[in-house]
Amino acid sequence: MRFLLDAEQRDFARSLDALLTSCDTPAVVRSWAAGDHGPGLAVWARLAEAGVFALAVPEKHEGFGPLPLELTLAFEALGRHAVPGPLVETVAAAALLDRLGNDRIAADRLPRIASGKSVVSLCPTSLGPYALDADMADAVFVVDGDTLRLAAGTGTVQPSADPARRLSRPSGGTVLAQGPAVAAAAGYAADVAALATAAQSLGVGRTLLARTVEYVTQRTQFGMPIGSFQAVKHRLADTLLALEFAGPLVHGAALALAAGDEGAGADIAAAKVTAGEAAYAAARTALQLHGAVGYTDELDLSLWIRKARPLRDAWGTPAACRARVMGTDR
Amino acid sequence: MDLDFDAADESFRTEVRDWLAAHVPAAPLPSLETAEGFAAHREWEATLSADRWSVVSWPEEFGGRGSSLLHWMIFEEEYYAAGAPGRVSQNGINLLAPTLFENGTAEQRARILPAMARGEVIWAQAWSEPESGSDLASLKSTAVRTEGGWLISGQKTWSSRAAFADRAFGLFRSDPDADRPHRGLTYLMFSLDAEGVTVRPIGRLDGKPAFAELFLDEVFVPDEDVIGEPGQGWRVAMSTTGNERGLTLRSPGRFTAAADRLTALWREHGDPADTALRDRVADAVIGARAYRLFSYAGVSQVLHGDGGPAGAVSSLNKIYWSELDIALHETALDLLGPYGELADHAGESPSGGWAEGYTFSLAGPVYAGTNEIQRDIIAERLLGLPKGRR
Ligand SMILES: Cc1cc2nc3c(=O)[nH]c(=O)nc-3n(C[C@H](O)[C@H](O)[C@H](O)COP(=O)(O)OP(=O)(O)OC[C@H]3O[C@@H](n4cnc5c(N)ncnc54)[C@H](O)[C@@H]3O)c2cc1C
Repeated sequence: MRFLLDAEQRDFARSLDALLTSCDTPAVVRSWAAGDHGPGLAVWARLAEAGVFALAVPEKHEGFGPLPLELTLAFEALGRHAVPGPLVETVAAAALLDRLGNDRIAADRLPRIASGKSVVSLCPTSLGPYALDADMADAVFVVDGDTLRLAAGTGTVQPSADPARRLSRPSGGTVLAQGPAVAAAAGYAADVAALATAAQSLGVGRTLLARTVEYVTQRTQFGMPIGSFQAVKHRLADTLLALEFAGPLVHGAALALAAGDEGAGADIAAAKVTAGEAAYAAARTALQLHGAVGYTDELDLSLWIRKARPLRDAWGTPAACRARVMGTDR
Repeated sequence: MDLDFDAADESFRTEVRDWLAAHVPAAPLPSLETAEGFAAHREWEATLSADRWSVVSWPEEFGGRGSSLLHWMIFEEEYYAAGAPGRVSQNGINLLAPTLFENGTAEQRARILPAMARGEVIWAQAWSEPESGSDLASLKSTAVRTEGGWLISGQKTWSSRAAFADRAFGLFRSDPDADRPHRGLTYLMFSLDAEGVTVRPIGRLDGKPAFAELFLDEVFVPDEDVIGEPGQGWRVAMSTTGNERGLTLRSPGRFTAAADRLTALWREHGDPADTALRDRVADAVIGARAYRLFSYAGVSQVLHGDGGPAGAVSSLNKIYWSELDIALHETALDLLGPYGELADHAGESPSGGWAEGYTFSLAGPVYAGTNEIQRDIIAERLLGLPKGRR
């Protein structure tokens, strides 16, 4: 098992980071939350150009993938920059359509996803009734047991704790496929989604930590930087510890998925619960150590703080993930 | 400690319960952190006060019932159990009023307290400054002597609900040459619509607009609005912080009621096979019970023991209730599963205000003295550990 990134992978992560740094994502998130998707779609197009969505699409449908490890690198960057939109849902839908064994549907949808022309959402009803950003997606897929539908309506947006997450209930529509192949493909897609969400959480947590370290170095109280107080240091050290130990789980799970290991699902669940809890703890720490300014929505930090908890619970709550690790899920 | 309520206690409880049953609004009021909600809550304060329920422990002459601390706790338990609205007057009632009882003049009490009890004048706390949070004594806003009073200038921030409140109380540096930062501070009150005051709202984490920063430019404060002696502001203020962290800011009723709602939520949504989540519900319920008993012990100490709980004990309260509040709300969100992330204003939001409660609980370890600072106080004053570098 090769556990270090190769030069190409490192370059990919670095260039994505540079690209997103140049996008002023905080402004993009704020417009997205206000229902103006223009700036977000511009970022989407640039991500597509960098190959992000092609990572989930096989070569025969004009992608480069599937490449789970590269996908986690991309999603960590997306989390670091708090990029809004149904990113996870789009790559998970790609995984689902690829595995469905229906070439017509795959040939119709996948090239458009790979090229960034199509933004899609995906709602497995077993995880809850809501689809993310269905109000702006080109297509909303709903998995209900062994039935796959293309939703007709999307219902009213139900604002989330993270205003950039726009949830709604997809309804009606036509049945695209039915049977055991749907259930199997949907299971695989859920794994891809959980893995991408874990990586995204990791990125969210890393930004929360980095911004907090910067803040406590500059903010002074009692005549010295608050970062010099032991209570503050210990809390940040614990935050780093949790994120650093989540990282290898995400990496290992990506390798297991790439190799088609039988235990990949449990590995992904372990990564998901660990990265999700670490990022949420990082959000609590970031808020606490920023003091009252951390409790305002004016500070961009809030964009990451409010993302951490929904991501911890999306595509597998901590309890569901632990059950999977222990093999007691149903 | 004696936890048996006598007949008088029970009949007081029944009286409170009956009144609340007849008066608590059927539908929850809009959030008091919004302009609309603020106005609705002000009316609710007037309703409470009309039957002298807004400040039960105050003397009758100021609008109270002269009730004991024990009856006040009973009132609070019934209040939260009835799902009654949050208290928009809480800064005045919990922070300013105790200070006036302790350090104010008779004239100030007569002028200020009844209007506060009726919800006519709603008070904001103007202590923090951009550079002075935990290190409050480093504050820079000034009070300069002038004919018949003081001119105050500077910047205050994080003032809860100051965007909609009427008046504020705060600390100002009146003697820049004092030998220690804690000396030379003066505690005074001013109107938020006075000449020279600019109020700028700051959205909270949930976007609600009631927080504010205050810019003060030579605002005139007459001598009658100074609390205690000029230059003694720190000592006066410290009598308030004990209240803020301790018993009166967060009475157990609030957590007991939340624990009951959490239990109901668990019965409705809980998966009996999920013992981990069940255990967290149980821990939160036990925590609320512990906080209640700890508080009753404190009250017993005040009423029957040798004086009130030591000042630093309020730091134990502060840490305990703030962490308990987060545990209660996090557990509720976990029980709600996919509905837990919905904002309160979402049409399909589960009832119970868990979303706003959760976001507000996150601020508990920050305001009223951060929990890091409280742990230092406990270590130094209750455990006698050496003072750290500060
Ligand atoms: C919801 C909310 C409502 C508020 N309402 C009001 C109000 O109505 N009126 C008002 O005046 N203020 C109000 N405040 C402000 C509150 O009192 C301050 O936030 C608090 O005093 C902390 O100050 P700070 O935010 O500047 O954080 P800082 O003091 O900058 O602290 C940042 C972090 O450093 C830590 N730290 C600082 N010093 C030490 C130390 N010596 N040792 C260890 N750790 C340390 C803190 O614990 C914290 O984690 C409110 C705050 C919030 C969040």
